[in-house]
Amino acid sequence: MSHTPDPSHLPDHDSVYDGLLGSDDSQWAFGTDFEDPLAGVDTTVPDGVDTHELATYCLMLADDALVMSHRLSQWCSNAPDLEEDIALANIALDLLGQARLLLARAAAADPSVVPALPEGSPVPPEDALAFFRGDREFRNVRLVETDNGDFAVTIARLLLFSTWRLALLQRLAVSRDHVLSAVAVKGVKEMTYHRDYAGRWFLTLARGTEESRRRLVTGLEATWPLRAELFTSHPVELAVAASGVGVDPSTVADEVDVLLEQVFSMSGVDRPEVGPLAGVRGETGRDGLHTEAFSRLLAEMQVVARAHPMGSW
Amino acid sequence: MTLTPEADESELLAAFEATIERHDRIEPRDWMPEAYRKTVIRQVAQHAHSEIIGMQPEGNWITRAPSLRRKAILLAKVQDEAGHGLYLYSACETLGVSRLELTEMLISGGQKYSSIFNYPTLSYADVGTIGWLVDGAAICNQVPLCRTSYGPYGRSMIRICKEESFHQRQGYELLATMMRGTDEQREMVQESVNRFWWPALMMFGPPDDDSPNTAQSMAWGIKRNTNDDLRQRMVDMTVPQAEALGVTLPDPDLRWNEERQSYDFGSPDWDEFKDVIKGNGPCNRQRIAHRRRAHEDGAWVREAATAFAARAEGASA
Repeated sequence: MSHTPDPSHLPDHDSVYDGLLGSDDSQWAFGTDFEDPLAGVDTTVPDGVDTHELATYCLMLADDALVMSHRLSQWCSNAPDLEEDIALANIALDLLGQARLLLARAAAADPSVVPALPEGSPVPPEDALAFFRGDREFRNVRLVETDNGDFAVTIARLLLFSTWRLALLQRLAVSRDHVLSAVAVKGVKEMTYHRDYAGRWFLTLARGTEESRRRLVTGLEATWPLRAELFTSHPVELAVAASGVGVDPSTVADEVDVLLEQVFSMSGVDRPEVGPLAGVRGETGRDGLHTEAFSRLLAEMQVVARAHPMGSW
Repeated sequence: MTLTPEADESELLAAFEATIERHDRIEPRDWMPEAYRKTVIRQVAQHAHSEIIGMQPEGNWITRAPSLRRKAILLAKVQDEAGHGLYLYSACETLGVSRLELTEMLISGGQKYSSIFNYPTLSYADVGTIGWLVDGAAICNQVPLCRTSYGPYGRSMIRICKEESFHQRQGYELLATMMRGTDEQREMVQESVNRFWWPALMMFGPPDDDSPNTAQSMAWGIKRNTNDDLRQRMVDMTVPQAEALGVTLPDPDLRWNEERQSYDFGSPDWDEFKDVIKGNGPCNRQRIAHRRRAHEDGAWVREAATAFAARAEGASA
């Protein structure tokens, strides 16, 4: 049995732990139990849409965000200055939020995409998707998975990624799928900031010092081969575009190009002359074919969750 | 009327002391004794450094967080610590010392940070334990500082304390959830508490009879409670929570003292404490090397930003 010390000698502190032992769960910012991330949203699949294709498309968009978020979160405590630590963590958090909703959407649209866990496992479906799929089941583009490199590589990648994803989400805002539409509307605001952040740093590095310019050009060249894949239409993307729930990425290529060209010209940087990174037997990230860096990334991301398939977090 | 410099100084000192006496704030442009300025810089810088170094032990688990929700909570928390560091460095800058100088003091070992961060984080439960015990101890230390005599520091502390108590709740909630999970998870929590309990109590600093700076800091209103006072409060508040969680605090001497209306408890290993302070803790060198590497690796980016800003100013002038 515990004793409650006389509070009269705690003039400054009596409020510090107030409520910690209370039974009212509403005090917790994130709730004490798993909450359905899609609570209150209409999750009915629109007429004429193949549920498996919709789920697969959600995984593609979710995995892009999740893996990019992972790479950005690796900057935490490693960034060039505290302001950048905070900004990169912010961007990583936004993308993590998008990933969580999209994974939950994938699971709700087609539960068969969710990996099987032991009977009675409390792991929610979006976590099962994030932490219990193998590398070949991830559908992200390869752009997001390669190592961070230095700050210039990170900025070049973020510029490509955020410009592309913003263009996709702007079109996705009118998706016939209510969940995708809601995720896109929220995401557009976030991606606008991410693109702005990357664009400003791109310009700063290009026009900063000789060293920063050299690093930026090198970083852009390293990133550029992964660009073509962003605009290559996968059969699933074509199918969901046709049914009015998704976006065919080839349709945003011109717009993204114009925007990038503006940034390059302001920065005085030439468009890199490097060819696209080939796939293997024609397969790339969207098909589940990844770079060597990716399974190592996943091994780290999944290690704790996989050790506790019956665990509650 | 002209005053001799000595008379001038003694009047200023009298006004300063009167401000302290009234529990009013000393503001950046107010006159203050040089020793007061140095002491505030030392304390605020140590606090800022603790936030920044404190990003590492928890940041260690961001990429391995076992659920998307926990990953978001942890990343946001470590981000908050960067924010705390940022505004504490700003508070320090009001005393005429730059963030760069302070960072160099940190990585050269010239200024300290909280010894707790020299312990490793070895399981995900440590994320919860740090929130519950380490942030809990930090709050005990920091709540009185909201009324500290130096204005910018006191105001920073008000905001920091709000966020810290939020972190503490999140830590406690993680542990409570894990305790409702599997046997392995419960063991993980207990093992983590076993490692962090004593280091958390050491966070209040050496015992009062061995704390060289306490008396002057209290007289100046920079510090408002003694180390042993705060340590006792921490123990009294934590024991009921440990019982509610279902974990055992690793102290055979811990028991309720009816007469004192407080818990008696054992003594931390002060030799270990001194050894960690001296730089021999499990992670001292690693933490500083990490900070130094990030600082040095980022130098070209900061230089680029400075050059770019200078050029933009030149262009608009």
